[in-house]
Parts: sequence; structure tokens; C-alpha cells
Amino acid sequence: MSGILASMIDGLLVGSVYGLAAMGLSLIWGVMNVINLTHGAMIALGMFGMYLLFGLVTTNAYLLLLPVIAAGLVLGIVVYWMAVHWVIGRSELMSLLSTFAVNMMVIGIGTTLFSTSPYNVNFSLPGITIGAYTFTGNHIAAAVSAVVIALALQLFLYRTRPGKAIRAVADNREAAELMGISSTAVLTIAFGIGIALATASGALVSTMFPFTILSGGAYELKSFVVTVLAGLGKPAGALLAGVLLGLLEGALTPFIAVSWIPLIEFGLFVVVLVALPHGIFGRATA
Amino acid sequence: MILRRPFFWLVLLASALFVFIPLRSNNVLLREDLILVAVAIILASNLNLMIGYTGYVNFGNIIFFGLGGYVGLYLATVRGWNLMLAAVVAGVAVSLFALLFGLAILRLRGAYFALATIGVLEAVQAFVSNFNPWGRATGMYVSFSAYQPLGGAMRALWITYYLIIAVMALSLILSLAIKNSKFGLGLFAIREDEDAAVVLGVNATVYKAIIYSVSAFLPAIAGTLMFYKNGMIDPSIAFELTLSIEAIVMLMLGGQGTVMGAALGGGLYETLRSYLLTSPKLSSFHLVIAGGLLLLVVLFAPGGLIGWLYRLAPRARKVIE
Amino acid sequence: MNSILEVRGVTKRFGGLVAVSDVSFSLAEGEILGLIGPNGAGKTTLFNIVNGVYKADQGTITFSGRDITGHSPDKVVHLGVARTHQIVKPLNDLTLLDNVTVGACFGREYLDLKAARAAAAEVLQQVGLGNRAHMMARSLTIAGKKRLEVARALAAQPKLLLLDEVLAGLNPTEIALMIELVRKIRDSGVSVFMIEHLMQAIMSLSDRIVVLNLGRKLAEGRPDEVVHNPDVVEAYLGFPDIVDKLTRTD
Repeated sequence: MSGILASMIDGLLVGSVYGLAAMGLSLIWGVMNVINLTHGAMIALGMFGMYLLFGLVTTNAYLLLLPVIAAGLVLGIVVYWMAVHWVIGRSELMSLLSTFAVNMMVIGIGTTLFSTSPYNVNFSLPGITIGAYTFTGNHIAAAVSAVVIALALQLFLYRTRPGKAIRAVADNREAAELMGISSTAVLTIAFGIGIALATASGALVSTMFPFTILSGGAYELKSFVVTVLAGLGKPAGALLAGVLLGLLEGALTPFIAVSWIPLIEFGLFVVVLVALPHGIFGRATA
Repeated sequence: MILRRPFFWLVLLASALFVFIPLRSNNVLLREDLILVAVAIILASNLNLMIGYTGYVNFGNIIFFGLGGYVGLYLATVRGWNLMLAAVVAGVAVSLFALLFGLAILRLRGAYFALATIGVLEAVQAFVSNFNPWGRATGMYVSFSAYQPLGGAMRALWITYYLIIAVMALSLILSLAIKNSKFGLGLFAIREDEDAAVVLGVNATVYKAIIYSVSAFLPAIAGTLMFYKNGMIDPSIAFELTLSIEAIVMLMLGGQGTVMGAALGGGLYETLRSYLLTSPKLSSFHLVIAGGLLLLVVLFAPGGLIGWLYRLAPRARKVIE
Repeated sequence: MNSILEVRGVTKRFGGLVAVSDVSFSLAEGEILGLIGPNGAGKTTLFNIVNGVYKADQGTITFSGRDITGHSPDKVVHLGVARTHQIVKPLNDLTLLDNVTVGACFGREYLDLKAARAAAAEVLQQVGLGNRAHMMARSLTIAGKKRLEVARALAAQPKLLLLDEVLAGLNPTEIALMIELVRKIRDSGVSVFMIEHLMQAIMSLSDRIVVLNLGRKLAEGRPDEVVHNPDVVEAYLGFPDIVDKLTRTD
């Protein structure tokens, strides 16, 4: 197996986590047309959440995902009522600014509590070795967890009543209200789920790489790239697009310095936005 | 004509005060405080051209300041050019960059444009961190000899101060002039409803590109002057996203769309910020307070302080622009 | 009489849907041409093609002898074609005067700010909004906003005015006033192309009418000719002989 292939396979694994993060962003964007600029901060909180829980209960870190997701849901509901509910009908600028304001506050408090030192979660699963290359157990477990959570989300959206209500509101809020769906309840839950996905992906990242309170930013950029690649408001495509981004990174990292990656990702972001406004999976509608 | 507008004279008066008060008492500490306020006003009022007048949120606005700093500092120190010439050339260069770049990303609307500007900022920061002639991640330093042409370091500090005040006055006057011009009316139409504006005959593509480019010019010049005065520049301080966002907070706080709002917001916020940063307990809280302020303004007073003033006293609109 | 607008073979597709199919007609200088058809017939799409918001896939648009096919909307206004929108688009945080000044500044004459303001004040008087010139556009009622749309379009000094359902949502008094305004506009030398659903209004105002259905031109002619055309009746009501039953006076 060549080095590039190994790198790409690892990229595929890490990419599933990118996809999970992007699903959170895409869901919120699709349901309420809000670009959640707290996304990066929430990912960071997920990282620290896992760190703190693991400090308390030394068990398989991947089991601790459940409380992190629950906490993320509650946190999302709080943020929704703090900053999002009041700006829903207004211009996009307002929701951009209000969510960014919350982002600043969270990062500010986080920096005070945790400073900008690196942390990590000391939990490792045994890896899988093929030939000369070893695939980190944590990366594999993270990828599997991401896929499981993504599947759970799909089941929720398509097989349960609340899930259908969310899709209805995403499609046409007024019509959904006329059908008796409380859009406020739906928006609250959808936002909560979006944040839960962000914290979950942060928790997974914390088991893979060292992190600081500021690490969320890089993942937020990746989430934006993945979301526009998949097409806005299509969480299902986000997982696949995340994997693609991971593959791309895996293919590039053996050749170029890490600091060029954000540049390339940004370039991709702008190109896709300008040339393919519906993403690589989307279709132009009349 | 702009000379008829009372606000024009207010700007000149305020600028004169900025110059003479610290000069009279040779108060260097006050000068250092005021220069930060002046830079805040420069950033906020030029940002206002994009956000307040045209309705396009330039989240990455600090890029003009940072790039202007790099280009100007490179010309003034490495190439030994005259400071003022270096600053103006930096301004032109960055405006051209903005024009070319703007033509690409200004096709994006609303939030997408805002995100793209953050992306440009991150990308340029990454690029400059790897760019050899500009010192990569270490950046560039100004050696003492570079201050000789201006008569030594002490004199240089005063001269750059005057130049910054001049740029501040120009920024406010430029905002005022555009607001009362046909070009400005076209921008307002774009802000209110871009599609309707085009149907009414406004060439939105050209107008947006022009104002984006214009909004880069004076901040770039200010960048050259400030980093020259500070003696050094590196990618992390030149392209700090937080500063970019703080410029937006200043503008929203003061009242976007008005010239006075940018000035007031810049002045108030910078004073608050200096206080927070120097207080040992509160320094890391400055982000929290800035965020909280922004949230409060967005939720309760999107028109900022001047917007609130206009609601209380509609006649004030004519004088306080 | 000269034709000021010639539409030839215009077709427009959106993905698989053909919104406008091979439509051709002319508008004579100084006439009021009505455009009617059931919902979804392609009327607003046709307007959007004429003033440059959409590009036709096939066909040509000629205005005053000049080919304007594919021109952008701002170029078309400079040449002398102005329009109003079905769903009004007021510039909300500007005053009525500023709204109309935009029209005057960027229209056919491209006036400077001072001259444009003066021209705008006059147009506001003509449409009956003169005493509210310094109010914010957002504070108007729907009838006021419709008048504002017309004022803005007039301020551009057009030779051809496209009115898209300018009567929708108005009460009978407002309708009567607007009808009179449209007549005044035509009498001042501006040709008018108007989409309308209100049958009495379009019948009394139009010199001729074009009927669209499912993107195709169904009929063209004088109002009384068109209303008795069985294809037209079938498109609207479903039963061709209803017209006779409804219009019999015995």
C-alpha cells in the first residue's frame, strides 16, 4: 500500500467527522435559513466536554458521546432562545451577527477558563495494521461513530413524526404552520440537534488530535466548505461531501505544508459558491 | 455642495481638536490613546460604505488594513521609499486588489458574501505566513534608521499621528460626500433591494466593485502608517479576525448607515476596549463584552445609538449625518 | 403607426418547463396593449424577458428599431423601457422622494441629483403622492406602494412602460384612480404594456389585447374580438358556449 493511499484512507476516516460537523450546520441552514456562526465554538465545547467527562469517568471515550450529545442538545436550545429566535424573520445579516456575538462570548469565556494551551484526551483504541501502515484505532472508531450518528439522524428525520415536522418546516414554514405544526418548537429542536451534531463532532475530534479552545475555527471552515459542496440544507449529502473533503486532504498532505490547506479549502469554497450554487449533488430548480 | 453641510465643519473641528490638544501639552499618552480612536474611526467609517450604504457585510475588512501595512512597510523600509509615497502606493495597490477580488466575490449575495470575505482573510493570512519577501510568519521589523528621514523616532511618531488624523478626517468627509451624492443614492438602492435597483437602472455590478475598492483605500493607508509607527508587522496581528469583527461591532453600536454613527461607535468602543485590555482582571473578558454588546445591539437596537437618536429627534437627521 | 416594441419567436425554458413558447406580437407607439391569460401562462416571464431580467432562449426583442435581446435591465431602462412589479419592491428605508429620485437619476435621462430630485417631486405630484414625499416608503399602504412603483418607473422618462398587475389588491376607488392614471400616462405619449387580471379594467383600457396560455400566444386583437374568441373562453372558463350564455341580454 502506498503512502498516499494510506493517507487518503485516513483522510476518509477523518472526513466522516467533517461530514458529521457539516450536517449540523446544514440542518440549521436548511430549516431556518440561519448561518450558525457559533458552529466553531460549539465544536470546541464538544472537544472540552469530552475532555472534562473523560477526566471524571475513565471509560471508553466513545460511550461518553451520549452525554456530550445530550448536553449539546440542551446548549443548542439555550443558544436558540438567546440569539436566534428573535432574528429569524429579519435579514441574514442580523442572524450572522447575533450568532457571531454568541461565538465571541463563548470563546471569550472559554479562553478565560482554559487559556489557549493545547489539551488532549488520553484514550486510545488499538489500531489496524496493514503492511507497513497502521490506521489509528481512534480514527476508525471516530469514523464509525460519525456514520452511526448520521444514520440515526436520517432515521429520525424520515421515520419519526418530529423528524417529519422538521422537514416540513424546512420545506415551507408557513404551510407547515397551517398544518398545525408549531414552528417555534420545531425550530428550537432543529437548532438543538444542529448544535448536538457540532458538539458530537468536536468530541470525536478530541479523541483524534490535540486541541485548544481556538481549534473550532478550522473545523468551522471545513464545515462551510462541505456544506456548500453538498448543497445547502441537504444534511444527507454532507456526510458524503465530508468524506470527499477528507480524501482530498489525505491526497494533498504528503505533498504540501499544512498551512496551505485552509487556503485551498477557501478557494474551493468560493469556486463552488460561484460556479455550483446548488453543490455537486444538487440540481437547479425552476 | 459639501461645504454647505454642517457636519463637514464638525469633522474639521473635531480633527483640529485631535491634533492640537495633545500637541499643546506634548501629552504623549493622550496621543497614543487618540491614535487608536482615530484608527477605529477610519476602519468603522470605511466599513460603513459597504455595510451601511450598500448592505454587503465585509466580515474580513481588516484585510485592507493588514495588506496596506505589509505593502507600505515593505516599500518604506526594505525599499527605502518616502513614507507618504509608500502609504499612497499601498492604498492604490490594495484598492486594485480589492477591485479584482471584489468582481469575483461580489456576485455572491448576503451571507455568502460575508463568509467569502472571512475566507479571503484566512487565505491571505495563510499566504503571507509563507511569503518569503515579507518575512513569512515572523513578519517584518522597522529598524531605527528607517525613522531618520522623518527626523528621528520621536518626531516620526508625531508626524504619523498627524497623518493618521488626516486620514480620519478624509474618511469621514468621503463618507459624507458619498452619502449626499448620486453614487450614494445608487448604493442605498442596492442595499434596499438590489434587483429593484438594477431594474431602475443602477449598474449594481460596477457600483459594488467600485465601493468595495474605495472602502479599501484609506484603511490601507492607515495600515501603512500604523504598522510603521509600531515598528513591526506579522501575519497574526495584521489579519486578526477579531479586529475585523470589532470594526463591525463599532459600526453597529454607533449606528450603521450614518457617518456620525461610525465615528461615535469607533470612539466609544475603542475607549471601552482600551480600558478592558489594560485592566488585569477583565482583559480576556473583552471578547465576551464585545460579543454581549453586539448581541444587545442586534436584538434591541439595530440602528445603534444614532438610530435611536433619529427616532427621538427626527430633525437631528439634517445636522448629524 | 410605428411599432415601438416587436417580440419575435421568444421562447424561454426553465429546466424541463417551457414557460414561454414561440411568442410574437408588436406594440404600436402610443397604444395600450393588454396582456392576459390564466395564472401560470407566462405573462410575468414575458415581461422579465422584455426588460432583461431573463434572457430568452430563442427569439428577439426589438425596441424602437433597436435589438435589445439579452440586454441587462439597467441598459434597457437607459434606452427607455421601465417596469413595475407584480409584488411591489419599495426601497423601504428611503423616503418616497428618494425612491422616485433613484428612478430619475438612473433612467433614460440620467439626471444629476439636484435635477432628479426636482423631477421626482413633480412625478410624485402627478401620481397623487406629493404631500407624502418625505415619508418612509415602508409606511405606505399597498395602494400607496403601487403608486410609488408607477411613480418610480415614470421618473425614468420611459417611452414604454410595463405595468405588472398594477390593480391587484386595490379597492374599487383606488382602482378607478389608477385606471385614470394609466390613461393620463398614455395621453402624455408613453406606450403601455400591461398585465392585468381585472377584466373590466383591461377591457376598457386596452386598445388591443394579447392572450397567453401555457406559454403560447392564444389570441391577439381588439378587446371585443378577443373576449369572444372560443379558445380564450375555454382557457379561462372551460366551456366555450358559456360566453354566449353569459353575454346574452334576453
